[in-house]
Amino acid sequence: MSQGPNMVVCIKQVPDSAQISVHPVTNTIMRQGVPTIINPYDLFALEAALKLRDQLGGKVTVLTMGPPMAASALRKALGHGADDAILLSDRFFAGADTLATSYALTAAINKIGAERPVDIVFTGKQTIDGDTAQVGPGIARRMGLNQLTYVSAIPSIDLEAGEISVHRRAEGGVQVLKTKLPCLITMLEATNELRRGSLPDVLRAERAEIKVWNAEAAGVEDLGKCGMKGSPTKVSKVFAPKPRAEKAKMITAEDGAPASVAAAAVETLLDADPRLLSVLTKQTTVA
Amino acid sequence: MTEHFDAIVVGAGPAGNSAALVMARAGLSVLQIERGEYPGAKNVQGAILYANAVEQVIPDFRDSAPLERHIIEQRMWMLDDHAYVGSHFRSDTFNEQRPNRYTIIRAQFDKWFSGKVKEAGALLICETTVTGLLRDKKGKVIGVKVDRDDGEVTADVVVLADGVNALVGSRAGLRPELKPQEVALGVKETIFMPRETIDARFNLKGNEGVVIEAAGSITAGMTGTGFLYTNGDSLSVGIGCLISDFAKSQVRPYFLLERFKQHPAIAPLIAGGEPKEYAAHMLPEGGYNAVPQVHGDGWVMAGDAAQLLNAMHREGSNLAMTSGRLAAETIVAAKKEGKPMTAATLKAYRKALEDSFVLRDLKKYRRLPKILETNKHFFTDYPRLLTNAAETMLRVDGVPKRDKERAIMGSFRSTRKLRGLMTDLVKLGRAWR
Repeated sequence: MSQGPNMVVCIKQVPDSAQISVHPVTNTIMRQGVPTIINPYDLFALEAALKLRDQLGGKVTVLTMGPPMAASALRKALGHGADDAILLSDRFFAGADTLATSYALTAAINKIGAERPVDIVFTGKQTIDGDTAQVGPGIARRMGLNQLTYVSAIPSIDLEAGEISVHRRAEGGVQVLKTKLPCLITMLEATNELRRGSLPDVLRAERAEIKVWNAEAAGVEDLGKCGMKGSPTKVSKVFAPKPRAEKAKMITAEDGAPASVAAAAVETLLDADPRLLSVLTKQTTVA
Repeated sequence: MTEHFDAIVVGAGPAGNSAALVMARAGLSVLQIERGEYPGAKNVQGAILYANAVEQVIPDFRDSAPLERHIIEQRMWMLDDHAYVGSHFRSDTFNEQRPNRYTIIRAQFDKWFSGKVKEAGALLICETTVTGLLRDKKGKVIGVKVDRDDGEVTADVVVLADGVNALVGSRAGLRPELKPQEVALGVKETIFMPRETIDARFNLKGNEGVVIEAAGSITAGMTGTGFLYTNGDSLSVGIGCLISDFAKSQVRPYFLLERFKQHPAIAPLIAGGEPKEYAAHMLPEGGYNAVPQVHGDGWVMAGDAAQLLNAMHREGSNLAMTSGRLAAETIVAAKKEGKPMTAATLKAYRKALEDSFVLRDLKKYRRLPKILETNKHFFTDYPRLLTNAAETMLRVDGVPKRDKERAIMGSFRSTRKLRGLMTDLVKLGRAWR
């Protein structure tokens, strides 16, 4: 049995932010019918874990908390090469804020670790729907792990010595940090774009039975700390920012021909700033 | 280690899904490979669904399939630049318990269809492209290779249902390259507007829907047609012409669509709508004579890949579903009898196609593609002559009717000459036979 690191990657299924719209009355995100994706930062976390497994062996388990449909995100992760997938799903988990989410995920990670201690927990630096960047640190605090946030690369890991060193992006530069395992890493977007799974990977992923754990199966001790009940965050008001005053000017031409539209556009620009004429003339002459 | 399946289906469109469903239901181990992110992600059609072909594989599809509207009215228009003359057929009997035709949104429908295939036990992998066929020493197809590491997988038989481009079959030399005069390029927009607006504009209630098929000067002298279909809260508006004609005329397809949308017959129907989707797709319109070999040692071909499309009646998805089903039934029967999947065994599929409406319809119209391709005046002169004739007769201006009739006959003769008119009649007659 390989003694590579035992790794857990926390992922979240989020609405594809490129395709969401906000409900005009309630100001909440309309999730219905919107395609879902795996939170993009989580993909970098998954690839970081898979890279370590390439080097050292070990095991990569993907973990998510969400409704039953979140199983499709886990299946996708398996198709990219993850070894195992666990879906944390229970009505008690519904409506969780970051505090309650980190509580439930911690219980599940501890449960995974009961079999064999977890060496590294990975998360993305933040999700693109909540943007809080709190769940990763929340897990680290609850589990008492050293936390390395905003990591862009993992140049070395020494399992014998139980040490890992990482590059952490900070304001004005990159910090090179070393810490003791086990630890929690939140990954930034980096050069480690997620690999394409092999054919055996995707076949295995499609056949895989996704393990679904409810609160009891995950070993959650206090249901009061889960879901809506365990969430001190109260949303007092949701509002959409006022759209900026319209400043764009539509340029049209009578015959609609591209050349006429272009000519009209140039005229409009020159009307707005006649000095452009001398600049343009100069450039045209040079060219 | 290379995995082995009873059958591999390439593609998750109507042909591939029907084939995979029928085989999986019969207990065969089926691997279906789709290059899109999900089934339907890359599939484009007008789109009309023909109930009969679906019922053959999913009898109760109406209970769960995402359907937009059932068609109660068909309009056929001949247009010149500012008028149309045509026929409308609307019947309350189309408001039946089990309607015959529906408009659908393919991305939704294909996803639903694929769900049924998976329920039946087929294994589907997406975002995976088949790059080639595996063959044994004798040349029999024994599997496929995909664009992933360790990407070889074998099967007793491979069903090629990868659509009009049929890249797998073409690369493997199983199918000749498409000829430009046998393929049309269609472009369409989905224009959204409130359901009530559509109901009012087309005089509809409930889930009733209308289909408009149009030909004439809208295709700028090229062989092709335009269409407008009513969905729940959107309209599908599109136009398509032969690729060879686009190449020759240098007309841009989107320009043609823009012009079609501005036609006085179409503009008021789509006014105020919001175009949200734009799509383009090729249609194999070569007809019977363009249908390639559809079977061989270890493989069969179905749907658009096998050029099974009836351009005359705007039918394609039903030919695809039916051919996929017939291919699967052939394979299932061979499997039961323990026969090897050789060309001799799979010949039964070709026979089944010949006996069904699929090849019988294409055979009936086998002369039509050539006639329409080489006689552009069907798309230019006749629509103009007919609209002018209608206008002449309807305009009350003190000119005696006899004189008007003479003028109309004169316009036909001067445009096509008597001999031309006669040959056109004969040609169309032959095309229909």
